[in-house]
Amino acid sequence: MKSFTVLDGLVAPMDRANVDTDAIIPKQFLKSIKRSGFGVNLFDSWRYLDPGEPGQAIDSRQPNPEFILNQPRYAGAQILLARENFGCGSSREHAVWALDDYGFRSVISSSFADIFFNNSFKSGLLPVVLSKDIVARLIAACEQNEGYRLTIDLAKQVVITPDNEQITFEVDEFRKHCLLEGLDDIGLTLAHADEIRHYEERRRSEVPWQFN
Amino acid sequence: MAGKTLYDKLWDSHIVRQQDDGTVLLYIDRHLVHEVTSPQAFEGLAIAGRKPWRTSSMLAVADHNVPTTAREAGISDPVSRLQVDTLDNNCDSHGIVEFKMNDARQGIVHVIGPEQGATLPGMTVVCGDSHTSTHGAFGALAFGIGTSEVEHVMATQCLLQKKSRNMLVRVNGEVSPGTTAKDLVLAIIGKIGTAGGNGCTIEFGGDAIRALSMEGRMSVCNMSIEAGARAGLVAVDETTIEYFKGRPFAPSKEQWEQAAAYWRTLRSDDDAVFDSVVELDAASIAPQVTWGTSPEMVTSVKGAVPDPATADTEVRKEGMERALEYMDLKPNTPITDIKLDRVFIGSCTNSRIEDLRAAAAMVSNRQVADNVKQALVVPGSGLVKKQAEEEGLDQVFRNAGFEWREPGCSMCLAMNADRLAPGERCASTSNRNFEGRQGQGGRTHLVSPAMAAAAAVAGHFVDIRDLEVRL
Ligand code: SF4
Repeated sequence: MKSFTVLDGLVAPMDRANVDTDAIIPKQFLKSIKRSGFGVNLFDSWRYLDPGEPGQAIDSRQPNPEFILNQPRYAGAQILLARENFGCGSSREHAVWALDDYGFRSVISSSFADIFFNNSFKSGLLPVVLSKDIVARLIAACEQNEGYRLTIDLAKQVVITPDNEQITFEVDEFRKHCLLEGLDDIGLTLAHADEIRHYEERRRSEVPWQFN
Repeated sequence: MAGKTLYDKLWDSHIVRQQDDGTVLLYIDRHLVHEVTSPQAFEGLAIAGRKPWRTSSMLAVADHNVPTTAREAGISDPVSRLQVDTLDNNCDSHGIVEFKMNDARQGIVHVIGPEQGATLPGMTVVCGDSHTSTHGAFGALAFGIGTSEVEHVMATQCLLQKKSRNMLVRVNGEVSPGTTAKDLVLAIIGKIGTAGGNGCTIEFGGDAIRALSMEGRMSVCNMSIEAGARAGLVAVDETTIEYFKGRPFAPSKEQWEQAAAYWRTLRSDDDAVFDSVVELDAASIAPQVTWGTSPEMVTSVKGAVPDPATADTEVRKEGMERALEYMDLKPNTPITDIKLDRVFIGSCTNSRIEDLRAAAAMVSNRQVADNVKQALVVPGSGLVKKQAEEEGLDQVFRNAGFEWREPGCSMCLAMNADRLAPGERCASTSNRNFEGRQGQGGRTHLVSPAMAAAAAVAGHFVDIRDLEVRL
């Protein structure tokens, strides 16, 4: 997995609550059996005026000029800022892959849906939870100041604003460790293979019908 | 010490090891697999030179992409076909049991798991699909996972997890006729909101839940995810145990008594403490209809489209305005004035035999209204379809002008050919009314099967309690 240490990135504000995974990557693109290439269809139905289908040439599409990521000032953004309950809906990890493929390395919101939150860590996309008030303040600051950037330091667990305000955030110790080091958690788990076998043996005698 | 909740019991019995920070390696008993979220996981395994840990824990089926019309010719969309072929090949090469597209047992993964007895009380059940919460109806700890976690379970039979909080939603009293499990869960979501269950496992209890059939409990747990909870649970009782008798993957005769005795312990202790408790009065819940683009945007069929001016916060007001614009609805429009273009009866929420019976009762000797272009019934599995045909329900639907289809996800998410055209309005028994969910620009109203069927006949929403036909 890709590691995440310190990110200094341009911020794009998405002033919406409940951004769902169907919106992040619409279902017609889930037919792909690959893990990459989803970035061009990130937020497809908000981002383009014409209906999107898999395999279209990108230069044949009509971008919606109103959509935030189509505004030149947000080109190359690496941090997405959004209101509460980001990533609700389906479990599709394609949503994380699409954000990552587009170039985002972090999403800041006041809350995330569970599965999206989990999935993010697996692809090295850092979800940062800040209070509703702070998110509102950052969205306003970002809209008012062209070229607004934030620095996210995972080891120190701080978001640093351009005026050097340091906003701390919580992150699970183990996840932080995996992300900082870019560890493969399957490898980590398999280091405990004996314990898994041991558990299995015990359960097989207690609830044999579950192993039929 | 306080007693344990059902969730505590399920959690504790699956801990392989626990780290100091509370992260647990949780053992997974049943891994359900479908074509959309598994190809990258199988590929990851292959790249790392790993093998599935225990293929007997796995059961696979293609459901999202499969056509619901005649299947002899196979899948015409080459991209969908490749995804289904990939699943077939992966299962064949690893020796994983799969119900292929033309197998009578094929169907929506969350319908076939319980139907086969592959989901059992006391198990941990996962699938790369958020509606895995459905299986919690049986007193199993069941939740959806992403593709990286699918690969993790394949390779290790475990997941790295942190425990959620315990939440109890108690629905007291008795429902009035015409109110179904779907209405209960929509009302719950309306009350606690789509983020209300974030970070929680919700146990559904109370007399109204206890009185539900297993099908009804599945509809409730199915939509736990729409309340933000990853998992929903209903305690085991005799209704649960009865359900598994004679199911192919259920315990054999020799093991049955032992299993049933264990299953009876799968309930929260009387002195268990929940982190939060929400109570609802069943009798006050009317049939529900969603009016917006989030399942929490819901009201009673007797109600009206709300006015954003009454919203309590600015963010909520903007959300409502955006939803009404997308749905092309005016504030204060009575719900029963909303006219429909299509009706969809299906999905893992409401495509089981009981759902089809309830819908059929509403359309018997009636006709789909002229303004409804299409009314679809998509059974949840081949076995549900067969049972319905034996009961003559297919004829009831066909005679009324409904289309009777092959099983699959269909218009629930419109990954196959079944979808809404831009601007079309649909009464749907599925679980998500997000923008574009049933087709780009399509407008979805979530309702129960009986409400959807009655709306197909009337051409607009009606309060089924006002009709002569009763459930
Ligand atoms: S029926 Fe709908 S919600 Fe259920 S698994 Fe299929 S797509 Fe998902």
